[in-house]
Amino acid sequence: MKKPLGKIYRTLLLAALFIAGIMVERIGLITYLTDPYEYPIILGLLLRHLYLVAVSISFATIIGLAAGIFFTRRRFHRYAGVCMYIIGLGQTIPSLAILALSMSFLGIGTKPAIFALTIYSILPIARNTLAGISAVPPSLLDAGKGMGMTPLRILLEIELPNSMQVILAGFRVALIVNIGTAALSYLIGAGGLGDLIFTGISLMQTEKLLAGAIPVTLMALLADLVCKLLELILISKGLRLTEQNKEAA
Amino acid sequence: MVSGVFQFIANNFPQALYLTGEHVWIVGVALFIAAATGIPLGLYITEHEDIASPIISGANIIMTIPSIALFGIMLPLLSPLNMGLGKIPAIIALILYSQLPIIRNTYTAIKNVPPDLVDAAIGVGMSRWQRLKEVEIPLAAPVIIAGLRTAAVMNIGIAAIAVYIGSGGLGVYIQQGIDRAYPEMILSGALLVSILALIVDGIMALLERAITPEGIKVRKKLMQ
Repeated sequence: MKKPLGKIYRTLLLAALFIAGIMVERIGLITYLTDPYEYPIILGLLLRHLYLVAVSISFATIIGLAAGIFFTRRRFHRYAGVCMYIIGLGQTIPSLAILALSMSFLGIGTKPAIFALTIYSILPIARNTLAGISAVPPSLLDAGKGMGMTPLRILLEIELPNSMQVILAGFRVALIVNIGTAALSYLIGAGGLGDLIFTGISLMQTEKLLAGAIPVTLMALLADLVCKLLELILISKGLRLTEQNKEAA
Repeated sequence: MVSGVFQFIANNFPQALYLTGEHVWIVGVALFIAAATGIPLGLYITEHEDIASPIISGANIIMTIPSIALFGIMLPLLSPLNMGLGKIPAIIALILYSQLPIIRNTYTAIKNVPPDLVDAAIGVGMSRWQRLKEVEIPLAAPVIIAGLRTAAVMNIGIAAIAVYIGSGGLGVYIQQGIDRAYPEMILSGALLVSILALIVDGIMALLERAITPEGIKVRKKLMQ
């Protein structure tokens, strides 16, 4: 029963791809993308988009991890609840509003865009780091202490590896939201692929619109894939094994 | 600046109210349709395990698409029907985005109903439909509502971006505030959207608690 279903599925997928290809050609996307005048501009915007994402996500990862680790130390742990609450409040603010507010304080250009993207990406990373480290079983911490580990070694060898799955989930959300928000940063003058999308919408120029929207989508899907690969690299084998055991049980 | 925001809202009160209503309307319609499609789909895939993972990963892929790109891609697809701009594509996008939390929560909730309860239901002679109606759905309801809650809060934020395809709503204040470099207007928009999200979150949390069967509440207390 499964096999014919798979066959139908594959045929439908091929048909959909074929129709999509015809539509792309009819809309004129291919002509637009290969236009010798437009093509360097599109490439430039793509690089600019990647630059915005790369810079802001690296800042956000460093700050978010640091904040998460800071609020799980015993001395500051009592502020963790407050911190989570503030993060929850911050996440209700729409991304567009964060960009707009950062523009009204810092002016237009790249700097406010990177600032806003960083702030918005810190939230999921910090929240998941906090939640992940808090959920490490205390027995493991005790075992580490019993073996005479220093707090730094406990952090690096017990707390972070055990919470890596949750932290990476936060990183994935942050990265994908960041790519989408970077497309909006055109509105505050930072460029990026949003330039093509918004201009395309305003002028009803479908090929321009799609030349922006499709790369942004592919970039987000690629980021999702990269996070899955990171999961394979960063999560230690022992933990993955217990997960399989859990599923088997 | 803060007093300027309240001044702005006070001066434009009827308009602010209208835009808030528009925002709620877009999100509400989308959430209603998303619940009407997502919950049955979630229930369906608990019965048909073989299509569960493709459907959930499909919803996951949709969720990954950045919102402005999704609006952009839908524009040429819907414009032959004369629906490329306005509220309809915004509502369609919100419905698509809501599918993942709703389907996933419905699926995991039904899967997590203790098997002994299902066995007991079979034992007292309930039919498949009765089991779903009397045992599985009531036990799963809080988690399903939690999925709707996630979807609602997320949609309120995305609906603010939909203003660029002409959907209206509170995003209008943010959009026009950017164009006019008018920080009070931007802040009013942001503030109203955030307050709306917090209120909806609170209402859904109350609904979640109200819909939890008394039996589970007792069990949770005992477990603590």
